[in-house]
Amino acid sequence: MSDQATIGIFLLLTLAFPAGAMAAAWLFRPAPIQSAEKRTPYECGVDTRGPSWMRFRVNYFLYALVFLAFDVETIFLYPWAVRFQALGLFAFVEMLVFIAILALGLWYAWKEGALQWY
Amino acid sequence: MTLTLHDATFALLALLTLGAALGVVLARNIVHSAFLLVLTFLGVAGLFLTLDAGFLGLVQVLVYGGAISVLVVFAVMLLMSEQAGQTNPPGASRFTRWAGGVGAVALALALGAAVCTTAWEPGSGPRPEAVAELARLMLGDYVVPFEAAAVLLLLAVVGAIILAKGEDGR
Amino acid sequence: MIGISHYLLVATALFAIGAFGVVAKRNAIAILMSIELMLNAVNINFVAIDRYLAPGGALGQLFAVFVIAVAAAEVSVGLALVISIYRQRRSVNLDDFNLLKW
Repeated sequence: MSDQATIGIFLLLTLAFPAGAMAAAWLFRPAPIQSAEKRTPYECGVDTRGPSWMRFRVNYFLYALVFLAFDVETIFLYPWAVRFQALGLFAFVEMLVFIAILALGLWYAWKEGALQWY
Repeated sequence: MTLTLHDATFALLALLTLGAALGVVLARNIVHSAFLLVLTFLGVAGLFLTLDAGFLGLVQVLVYGGAISVLVVFAVMLLMSEQAGQTNPPGASRFTRWAGGVGAVALALALGAAVCTTAWEPGSGPRPEAVAELARLMLGDYVVPFEAAAVLLLLAVVGAIILAKGEDGR
Repeated sequence: MIGISHYLLVATALFAIGAFGVVAKRNAIAILMSIELMLNAVNINFVAIDRYLAPGGALGQLFAVFVIAVAAAEVSVGLALVISIYRQRRSVNLDDFNLLKW
C-alpha cells in the first residue's frame, strides 16, 4: 500500500471517529432535559461577565507576530539541520548570519516592550 | 480506469479545501471565516502530502495552520466592535459583488481552459530526497534569496511592531 | 487517474475564490484572508509542477518555501496596517478608508 493510501485511510478514520463518537452519545443518552442551567456556557466554573464579543489588547498580536517570525525561521533551519554534516562550514556561517538577522528582530521586539505583559 | 485510494484521497481533500475556501469568502461572521481559513490551510497541507511533498505539508501545517492563523485570529479579536453576524459583509455596492463573481468565474474558466488544453509532458528521473535537496539549494545556489528572506522577516517584524503598537503603545 | 491537471484545476478554483473575495468583500481582514487563499493556490501549482514535470529536483518546493516566508511577512505587516488604521477610523471596513480619494 502506498503512503498516500495510508494518509487517505488515516483521514477517513479521523473524520469517522468524531462522527461515530457523537452518534454513539446521541444513541445512548437519556432524553435531554431543557433548563436554563443547561444552556449556560459552562455548567461548572465561573460564569462570564459582560459581553464575550469584545476587543482584546494588542499584546496578543505582538506575541503572535514574534512567534510567526521564528516559526518561519524553523522551516529554514530544519533542512539545514538535517544536512548539517554534509553542508560544511560555509553553510554554518550562512545560517549564523540568518539567525543573527532574526535575533536582531527579537532584540527590537524586546526593546519595544512587545514581550511585556501588562 | 479504476479509482485508486490516492484518487479518492485527492477528491476528498480537494472538496474539503474548496468548500472551506468558499466558506471563507461567503461567511457573514469573520470568526467563522478565520476558522474555515484554518481548515483550508490544512486541506492544502493534505494536498501537499498527496504530492509526495511531506516537508512542505509539515511547513504548511506549522506556518499556516499554526502561526498565520493565530495571527489572523488575534487580529480579529483586536478589531471586534460590531455585531457578530455583520463583521464580514459582502461589498456595499451590488456592482462590485457581481463584478467580483463574474470576474472570478471568468478567471477560473480561462485558467481552467488553459490547464486542460496544455499538453503536459511528465518529467522523469530519480526523485531526490526533498529535504536534503532543499538544504543544498537553499545554502548553495539560492543563498542570497535565503538571506534576503531573513532581512524581509526582520523588516516585517520591526514594521509590524511599529504599526501595531501605535503612538502610545497600547 | 489523478494527474497534474487535476491539481492545477483545484489551484485554479482556489485562486478564483480568493480573487472573488478580494473584489467582493468589505472587511480588510477578509481581503487579507482571500489573498492568503490565492497564495496557497500558487503554492499548490509550484508543488504539483515540481512533482510531475520536474521530479529530478526540488526547485518548486524551494519556491513554495520562499512564498510561505513572504506570505508570513505580508500577512503580519498587512494585519498591523489594518490595526493601525482601525485606531484612527474605528473601522475595518474598506469603504470607510477614503483618505486618498478626492
